[in-house]
Amino acid sequence: MFLSPGRKKTVHCVGGSNSNWALRAVACSFALLVNRIDAQSPTNIFAPAATPAHSIFNLSMLVFGVTLVIFLVVAGLLLYALIRYRHRPENSNHEPAQIYGSNQIELSWTVIPILIVVVLFLSTTRVILGTQAIPEPDSAMNVTVIGHQFWWEYRYPQSGVVTANELHIPTSDPAHPTPTYLTMSSADVAHSFWVPRLAGKTDVIPNKINTMWIDPAQAGLYLGQCAQYCGTQHAKMLLRVYAQSPADFAAWINQQEQPAVQDFAGNAAAAEGQVVFMRNACINCHAIKGTVATGRFGPDLTHLASRDTLASGAVENTAENLRKWIDNPNSIKPGSLMPSMHLNNHDLDVITAYLTQLR
Amino acid sequence: MSTTHVVDGIDETLTPLQGRPPLNVVYEWLTTVDHKKIGLMYIAYALIFLIVAGVEATLMRIQLAIPNNHFVSPQVFNQLFTMHGTTMVFFVGMPILFGFGNYLVPLMIGARDMAFPRLNAFSFWISAFAGVLLYFSYVGASGLYAAGSAPDVGWFAYAPLTAKVFSPGHSTDYWTLAVFLSGIGSIGTALNIVTTIICMRCKGMKMSRMPLLVWLYLVMASLVFVAVSPLTAAQIMLTFDRYIGSHFFDTQAGGSAVLWMHFFWIFGHPEVYVLVLPAFAFVNEIVPVFSRKAIFGYPAMVAASVGIAFISLSVWAHHMFTVGMGAAANTFFVFATMVISVPTGIKIFNWLATIWGGHVIFRTPMIFCVAFLFQFLVAGLTGIMLSVAPFDWQLGNSYFVVAHFHYVLVGAILTALFGAFYYWYPKITGRMMSETLGKWHFWLFIIGFHLTFDFMHVPGLLGMPRRIYTYEAGRGWEGWNIIVGIGAIFQAAGTLCFVYNLIESYFKGKEAGPDPWDAWTLEWSTTSPPPDYNYAVLPAVRSRRPLWDLKHPDDPDSDYE
Amino acid sequence: MMRDANAIPIDSPLETPWTLPYRGTVGMVCLIVAESAIFIIFVVAYIFYIGKSLTGPTPAQVLELPIFGTVCLLSSSITVHFAVAALRKGKMTGCTGWLAGTVLLGSIFLITTAREWYHLIHDEGLTIQTNLFGTTYYSLVGLHATHVVVGLIMLSLALGFSLFGLVTEEHSEKLETLSLYWHFVDAVWVVVFTVVYVLGR
Repeated sequence: MFLSPGRKKTVHCVGGSNSNWALRAVACSFALLVNRIDAQSPTNIFAPAATPAHSIFNLSMLVFGVTLVIFLVVAGLLLYALIRYRHRPENSNHEPAQIYGSNQIELSWTVIPILIVVVLFLSTTRVILGTQAIPEPDSAMNVTVIGHQFWWEYRYPQSGVVTANELHIPTSDPAHPTPTYLTMSSADVAHSFWVPRLAGKTDVIPNKINTMWIDPAQAGLYLGQCAQYCGTQHAKMLLRVYAQSPADFAAWINQQEQPAVQDFAGNAAAAEGQVVFMRNACINCHAIKGTVATGRFGPDLTHLASRDTLASGAVENTAENLRKWIDNPNSIKPGSLMPSMHLNNHDLDVITAYLTQLR
Repeated sequence: MSTTHVVDGIDETLTPLQGRPPLNVVYEWLTTVDHKKIGLMYIAYALIFLIVAGVEATLMRIQLAIPNNHFVSPQVFNQLFTMHGTTMVFFVGMPILFGFGNYLVPLMIGARDMAFPRLNAFSFWISAFAGVLLYFSYVGASGLYAAGSAPDVGWFAYAPLTAKVFSPGHSTDYWTLAVFLSGIGSIGTALNIVTTIICMRCKGMKMSRMPLLVWLYLVMASLVFVAVSPLTAAQIMLTFDRYIGSHFFDTQAGGSAVLWMHFFWIFGHPEVYVLVLPAFAFVNEIVPVFSRKAIFGYPAMVAASVGIAFISLSVWAHHMFTVGMGAAANTFFVFATMVISVPTGIKIFNWLATIWGGHVIFRTPMIFCVAFLFQFLVAGLTGIMLSVAPFDWQLGNSYFVVAHFHYVLVGAILTALFGAFYYWYPKITGRMMSETLGKWHFWLFIIGFHLTFDFMHVPGLLGMPRRIYTYEAGRGWEGWNIIVGIGAIFQAAGTLCFVYNLIESYFKGKEAGPDPWDAWTLEWSTTSPPPDYNYAVLPAVRSRRPLWDLKHPDDPDSDYE
Repeated sequence: MMRDANAIPIDSPLETPWTLPYRGTVGMVCLIVAESAIFIIFVVAYIFYIGKSLTGPTPAQVLELPIFGTVCLLSSSITVHFAVAALRKGKMTGCTGWLAGTVLLGSIFLITTAREWYHLIHDEGLTIQTNLFGTTYYSLVGLHATHVVVGLIMLSLALGFSLFGLVTEEHSEKLETLSLYWHFVDAVWVVVFTVVYVLGR
């Protein structure tokens, strides 16, 4: 299979049972071409890394193949007709034979498209049922996803962990699958969860519960973003899915289960920062496990420092960015629902010092 | 003879250059009930909004050319895509197609005007007001800085983003009211078109002898009744939610956000067929004339058009494959959507068969129709890709969909419209448009169209969702967005050529005479431009191509029907 | 090649006499189709939300069959039919009388609706804001009532013209067009009655 330089990513052109070889070859070359053109895209739908994305990819190859053939035949005939039957000077004195129609021809080009439709429909139905209508296995891990304007909340019901914006899941060994089932709803408006390399998108809608599943075999970071316009900062409601080996995932979840760091021996600024934080309105929106902060409107901050990014992927999680964010969220994500807290410089410094300790 | 109020001392057959007071001309146009003038007002109105919405699109492309750009703020960008979409559908697409219908339908059925001339004028003016209302939103509330209260909820205004709590202020209300009023205008015009076609055909013009353009407008107008009304109903519900505390789409009270989606798309999908059927109509008239052959398979074309309209009422939830409707519902809508490709394919094949064996003349109207044929084919094929629900789970709400529907709207509908302009301009004004400028227009526009919309499919395949004001570097989307933006420049240049051609030809174009294309339908039997009353003596016909019968008395169509 | 309309023969024998439907009827049918689509959406919303209210009174608790009003409204379809029939035969007083009856019966229907709403709002505490049932009930019945009001205005105008002796036999097609609208309003009531008062409870 094709391997792109520098990344362990392959384009799979196998699978599927009842497709024409020639069609697949043609469609596959197209996919490889697109893949090659942007081999570095981390959100390429033609670089599937989980079963739902794989089955969509295989189906899409069939569809590309069929539509490509239709295009070549019809466009070819059209081009031929336009050239062969163009008006020539010797035609000027008479009109061509007027042909009003033919029932047999009409029938033929009705029946053939119907047959193509039947083939496509049956192939499609198979994938729909294979993705949406299969029962959840006992080995599945469950995560509850709640969409907010403009961040993602993740809850692990089996362990009580609540986190935000960076979804960690265990990889799934194809021999003994341990898929992750996402149960999704929204706290406000409609969103959509789209990580192209793992699966198609599923909308995240208030007063409605949708489920989807993913099972990446390979550890790594998979990117995506919200795919249903949800307001001003729809563009920066990014998705980061960390697939980890079962051992790494167990370690991560264990760490997340711990209450927040409280011991700031030697770090006076952080200790002061905790006091300032708990005394301010921050606690109305944010939660930090083991403290009086139990707000749920904003992301859970218990292990904020263990995340790579802030503001749902908008910027890297550094002390400088964090301070800037707390000072004025609109400077990073204009239209974000977190208000500027109007803290003085000292308070900003100590709160930043505190939050950067929350691993 | 004039259809206006006669004022003493003013000869209304003169032009302003010949001494008629300009105010008298303005008054005549403001109070006219003549279908031709109303049609032209619709078209001019739509062209102005085409330019405005085109500027909005250009601003968006500049913002998206590079990652993390700061050309416009996210708030303004969100208003731009909402206004661009709303304007293009309701204040460009609908008016321009109603304009052509208004002008051509009575002429092609041998009538003197539409069935309800005053309703016609009312429908135009209420639609015109609605467009002005929508754009007033830019200056309403806080004024131009931060672009006032222009709608920013997307052209399909999903709930509950449009609820008072998530969209305080009046941006949503401008959208709702402007589109609601335009909907009333659309229903009025559609009512007029249907009644005209059924009740005012000239003698001998049975339904089976109507030009295909007339058939397609009949089907389109009928579709408007059942398509626009659901949107009107949903907008009433939304306004009730926002102002009198009802709970239609209030998820906190148990209401359903998905219900809005269903109602909107029950409108939205047939709406795109409302927009495309007239494009088919233009191609149905132009291709035969420039292939010098009758349209192949007239009954099949009629059946396919009616079939498309009916089936289009049952496919709406293919816009909702990702909403979580369940496998059964998804499967049904996959099936219905794929089925609609059958009559659509039949139409393409019939056009091919019309060209086959003909003598194809590549004048400007025809080359636009040729582009239409190829581009509509591609648009239909990407539509088939999207109809495969699992594939749509990846491609839906991405730039692939944006590319697909612009392929239909620009590559098929606007392209056919350009062809229609070049074809009927001589009838409307009495002068020919410049072929040279026409070819410049064509090539500039087509190159721009393909640069923009061919390459726009790629970011979609690489995971770029729509309606985002910026994007991260490193996703692989940058280069493609730049190419897409460059295409916009070419399209603008082509459109400029076109507008210049329209204006220059009015004053300097070659005189056209009644029938410059040697065509066969009734409008070519009257003068160019037609007199106010269209026909001094109402015609009677014996076949689908009355002028063919006159020009070929030895071989009339009436022998074969 | 140039041909003008005068060259097209108009007096050659045609296959059948050329008659096309009356414009008013076709136009009214188109309007009815469009309005039906609007009503269908409100009915769908009503049906969709049956049983889904989170709080508040349910239909079974507060709704009673509006038999009297329904009989009046449906009878008004009969009276308007007779009004048109009378006009066709040139019987002006008959037409006026039947029109008056139609307006009367329609007004009684509106009054019964108003009384029912008064009871629901003041005694049962059900408003459009209360819950999903309130929302869908008032909007659907209210939309219908609005159409009744419009119809009554038009019928009153016709009645007024008729009282002043301005209506003649020539206007029978126009009155028939109006009566078509009125029949539509009644047909919608049959649907609303069935969905709201029969099935929904």
